[in-house]
Amino acid sequence: MQQIINFIIRYKNFLLYLFLLAVSLGFTIQSHAYHQSSFFNSSSWLTGNIYNTSYSITSYFDLDEENKKLVEENRQLRKILFNYPKSVDTLALDSIQASYTITSGQVIKNSYADRRNYITINKGEKDSVKPDMGVITTKGILGIIENTSNKFATVQSILNVNSNINAKLKNTNHFGSLVWNEETYNVVQLIDIPKLVPLNVGDTIVTGGMSSIFPENIPIGTIKKFDLDNAQSFWRVDVELFNDMTNIKNVYIVNNADRPEVLKLEEETLSDD
Amino acid sequence: MISNYYFINVVRFTLLVLVQVLVFNRLNFFGYINPMVYILFLYWYPIKQNRAAFIGLSFLLGLCIDFFSDTMAINAAATVTIAYLRPAIMRFVFGVNYEFQSFKLGNATKVQQFTFLALLIVVHHLVYFSVEIFSFANLLLILKKVFSIGLATLVLSLLFSSLFSVSKE
Repeated sequence: MQQIINFIIRYKNFLLYLFLLAVSLGFTIQSHAYHQSSFFNSSSWLTGNIYNTSYSITSYFDLDEENKKLVEENRQLRKILFNYPKSVDTLALDSIQASYTITSGQVIKNSYADRRNYITINKGEKDSVKPDMGVITTKGILGIIENTSNKFATVQSILNVNSNINAKLKNTNHFGSLVWNEETYNVVQLIDIPKLVPLNVGDTIVTGGMSSIFPENIPIGTIKKFDLDNAQSFWRVDVELFNDMTNIKNVYIVNNADRPEVLKLEEETLSDD
Repeated sequence: MISNYYFINVVRFTLLVLVQVLVFNRLNFFGYINPMVYILFLYWYPIKQNRAAFIGLSFLLGLCIDFFSDTMAINAAATVTIAYLRPAIMRFVFGVNYEFQSFKLGNATKVQQFTFLALLIVVHHLVYFSVEIFSFANLLLILKKVFSIGLATLVLSLLFSSLFSVSKE
């Protein structure tokens, strides 16, 4: 017993080091698997508020550019509205019938240089933002909400090795999975498109209808190049993003009100088998 | 004098965390280079202090950075490693005379200070990117990142350490 205590006292620094290393590796490996840790994330009160303070100072510097982007988006939306075949029926826009609701937010922390990039936004549970909602910008998709606190939320960016989003070729129903090979911040990969699908450089990729997170046909990017994968049966497509991931400010959080129903139904179907 | 000691370290800790997360994490030089200047805390930390407290404090520093940058606990793992290895690195760089009571970092030669800082950075970045990438199939990628980001960290740390010199203490 005496010897054990002596051993512990003599090697207390080493044991302390091993303990702390094990703790940090434990946290890391646990979240390697799939999800970001709900404990270690920048949506917490302290980090969120510090980022928000910093944002409220720096946001003035690019107001001009940001205004131009918003005006451009308004122009596009007005164009669609004015060319809409019949006059918009107010009944059809009733909020009870709408399956998608949209909240606006601002990015207060962006990252694109890591392997697992997360973005922090200044909307949280008090604005009814919940995990697994989609986040889009004017130009295309951005990611999926992963953790929320009262006032802030973290978004798993599409530039994250764990990200996997259903996407398809525009105007067809050939769909695949959108992943990221962590090489450059403006190119993501679309995999699992069968070889017999004809592709062209410059084709547009949009979100698919299989996901209950994003609405169908949200733009993602255009095909930059494509080749066959190792098994020679599926295309591996490099998609150049419409979004400039280094410069994002205003985002929209999309909530699919039908999602719980879809998930419940899918779960029941699976358990019936 | 003692309270001054604590005060300086607390201020240093807070400022380095803020500078790291608000300035250097947003640098994205060439799209991926974000220097990790918070390592300077371990470079500046007084030598004759309780070692266990130093390891604990370094863990906390890494964890603070992790909280801000959504990197799980990778910074904590890397920082606690260099905190534990610091006495060994110092013995290697400064020889036995660092154990004397009168030894101060400011008294060491420029080459010694530079080597000490460089070794801290290399070990930290090796651990950091090995844990982050977590596969030896990507050894080349790990080395590339250690080299490029390490170089950026080293240059900025040298600039910082010459701005806020420790020799006055």
